[in-house]
Amino acid sequence: MEEILKVSNLSKGFPGVQALSNVDFTLNRGEILGLMGENGAGKSTLIKVMTGFYRRDSGDIHFDGQAVDFTSPNDAVRHGISTVYQEVNLLPQLTVAENIFIGRQPMKKRGGIDWRELNSRAENAVAKLDLDIDVTRPLNTYSVAVQQMVSIARALDISAKVLILDEPTSSLDAAEVEQLFTVMRRLKSEGISIVFITHFLDQVFAITDRITVLRSGKNAGEFTTEGLSRMDLISSMLGKEFEDLDASRWGSSLGTGEGDPLVSMNSVGKKGFIFPFDLTIRPGEVLGLAGLLGSGRTEIAQLLYGVEKPDEGVLQLNGQETALSSPRGAIDEGMGFCPEDRKEVGIIPELSVRENIILALQAKRGALRYIHRKEQEAIADKFIRALNIVTPSSDQLVKNLSGGNQQKVILARWLAAEPRLLILDEPTRGIDIGSKVEIQKLILELAKEGLALLFISSELDEVVRCSSRVAVLRDRQVIGELDGTDISESQIMKTIAETA
Amino acid sequence: MDGKLLQNPNPLTKRFLFVLAGLAAILLLNLIISPEFFQVSLHEDGKIRGNLINILNNGARVCILAVGMTLVYATGGIDLSVGSVMATAGAMAALMIRPGYLQGLPVANPQPPLLLIMAVPLLIAMLLGLINGALVALVRIQPIIATLIMMYSARGLAVLMVEGQTPTYHGVPFTKLGLGYFLGLPLPVWIAAAVFLITVLVTKRTALGVFIEAVGENRKASRYMGIRTRLITMGTYVFCGLCAGLAGLVHVAGESSTSPYNTGNMIELDAIAAVIIGGTMWGGRFTLAGSIVGALIIQSLSTTVYFQRWPYEYSLVFKAVVLIVVALIQSEKLRAYAAQGWASIKSRRAR
Ligand SMILES: Nc1ncnc2c1ncn2[C@@H]1O[C@H](COP(=O)(O)OP(=O)(O)OP(=O)(O)O)[C@@H](O)[C@H]1O
Ligand SMILES: [Mg+2]
Repeated sequence: MEEILKVSNLSKGFPGVQALSNVDFTLNRGEILGLMGENGAGKSTLIKVMTGFYRRDSGDIHFDGQAVDFTSPNDAVRHGISTVYQEVNLLPQLTVAENIFIGRQPMKKRGGIDWRELNSRAENAVAKLDLDIDVTRPLNTYSVAVQQMVSIARALDISAKVLILDEPTSSLDAAEVEQLFTVMRRLKSEGISIVFITHFLDQVFAITDRITVLRSGKNAGEFTTEGLSRMDLISSMLGKEFEDLDASRWGSSLGTGEGDPLVSMNSVGKKGFIFPFDLTIRPGEVLGLAGLLGSGRTEIAQLLYGVEKPDEGVLQLNGQETALSSPRGAIDEGMGFCPEDRKEVGIIPELSVRENIILALQAKRGALRYIHRKEQEAIADKFIRALNIVTPSSDQLVKNLSGGNQQKVILARWLAAEPRLLILDEPTRGIDIGSKVEIQKLILELAKEGLALLFISSELDEVVRCSSRVAVLRDRQVIGELDGTDISESQIMKTIAETA
Repeated sequence: MDGKLLQNPNPLTKRFLFVLAGLAAILLLNLIISPEFFQVSLHEDGKIRGNLINILNNGARVCILAVGMTLVYATGGIDLSVGSVMATAGAMAALMIRPGYLQGLPVANPQPPLLLIMAVPLLIAMLLGLINGALVALVRIQPIIATLIMMYSARGLAVLMVEGQTPTYHGVPFTKLGLGYFLGLPLPVWIAAAVFLITVLVTKRTALGVFIEAVGENRKASRYMGIRTRLITMGTYVFCGLCAGLAGLVHVAGESSTSPYNTGNMIELDAIAAVIIGGTMWGGRFTLAGSIVGALIIQSLSTTVYFQRWPYEYSLVFKAVVLIVVALIQSEKLRAYAAQGWASIKSRRAR
């Protein structure tokens, strides 16, 4: 096998954190390599150091037989390494086409950007991913998933020798993942090497040839995918044994809640947003929302939380008819909303982990009932421990945390706010396999304590495991509700397919 | 302990030490050029005099403005109207102190209560701030445009109020606000110190400070958390207006007259510069202490130029130089280049 990218003895530290210590990493020509590890293991940092985003402290990088020292991600692109970083870094106000070609716009002979050429090439680029969108619309009119696909399209369009994808599938669903894999396989057959980072075990086993594992910034294992068992991979990542999850449905232990509904929505809808639907949630139950991307799950959450105003229907909270016109109103009613888009509506990057965790609770109490420093620290430390957030201290700025750990901070924020109704929109996105199970357990515990939960997840197994009831959506419409023994992945898929 | 301070991930802590060092450097430079710059003397009348006191006294207005500007800046806004609002407040005070000046009448006798002479202009200044805030937070006009509109309007208003004249009112009790002394120090210094301390207390002992930072950094996320983003934004402009009004009163009291054209002319730029030098981020973390030191840096430049009898234009050049240095320090690109250059020097040496 010929090595295309070889890293030896690489180290990189940040104040208070040794992100990588003496890491070796090899990528062969024409292979798909999985890079795995827990949240904060150093995967993204390794990618960023290799592509010139960060400067390394020590170590060597060889690319295509040459010692290299990229000075910037653009430098790496020029040499033939195209990367999709974990935090999608596109310009939301620009059109899809502009985002795909920014920095390398096709020019007219007499100067000026050739817009027609740019748009038609952009259409081609997204068509390769089977994405049917209008490339002349601003990027921010599309969902996180589409934005993720656009950033992949951009990386694919740069013809490169090496393609690096840092959690490209975190917000995609099965069909899109399959489409991406088809493209990846084609690139591989053309001799292009791909590094693929993900927390989805199924996906690594489906697509990779080899797997490299990092743990706490050090090499923890290198495997050939064929013949590797899930258990071996997981214990290499965690550094300890891990009891794999059975297919049991924990949610069934919850029953379907008792007493009067906390929330009941009757024919609530909004034109062009979501068709009228009915929903009830009782204290002590987890209502799962299942559906494909763009099926309207987040839209339901936004109507319930007052982000958007419905134009028809009745919302009752505790039996009282209520009209919510802002999140503030929803919070006063005891709601909490852990949103799916952590960058856009989640983290406050320049504030500390501690401040990010207490902010929702503080907002709920009001500015004048200040949570004192000691109490803030106690709350933050409690959740750092409970959710296993990897950070040198609660004073670390949240922007310096790894992606999965940022996600945990957002979750902690809403747990700390102690709502009666908690809306969780993709709460485990980007979270590693060990923590995922912990969070799922936590959801069950919260329900047992009497919380009402609305649980949205693209991962069907998670919805099936945790929900006491599941509402199925399709094309911005609630098309069915499952409970009891009816809840299974196959039944959900069937419901979605049947009404097609 | 020291190690902990430097390891503190809050970048503003390091930054503050740096700004403080900058102020020290400017003062030190003066010491080298002319040691008598530092002479401070206690006069028989119990007043302390000297250049250092002058810096504090003359810097008080920019300090007061910078406190309000800091909060606006932290929400991701800017207020260009503070100089004009100073003039409006000053004009209002003049009208109350000497209502008949156009007819050539002397100051009102008896004078209205001092509290009233202060309260009415301050209320007007807050109202102008409220208009700024509403334009920004409710109508969603860019802060720079909204407050530019106010900059023109409030200046116009000030001129209209006193019909383009410069009413004088020497010797009335109100002028103490700018000329009085307390415990040996000029009253403006005490006022600025009080504004600073109260603002620090209010922002740090309540959650208002962190709410302002959150709104500035991620308005949408703040809204999702239930922070009243529009209220917070408007509140900072109202407060900035209040500070401007106060600075205006201090200024016209010190002059014992209100010139609607000169009061606060171009001073908004000094206030903004002070905030930037202090290290407050546009939309994000703020440091009131940094802004105060920033304001003192600016003032000490002016005082130095004045004391050394250099032409006034020199102070403009010095301010520009300080801002250039600050901008260079903040530039990520430059830091990257520096790191790169340093690395290549190191590797060349190694070879
Ligand atoms: N700019 C930074 N400043 C300080 N610490 C950082 C910075 N970037 C990363 N780190 C730290 O380095 C460690 C590795 O982070 P990294 O982002 O590489 O993790 P990861 O493996 O990609 O995790 P995830 O699966 O959550 O994305 C973490 O502890 C993180 O907090
Ligand atoms: Mg990562």
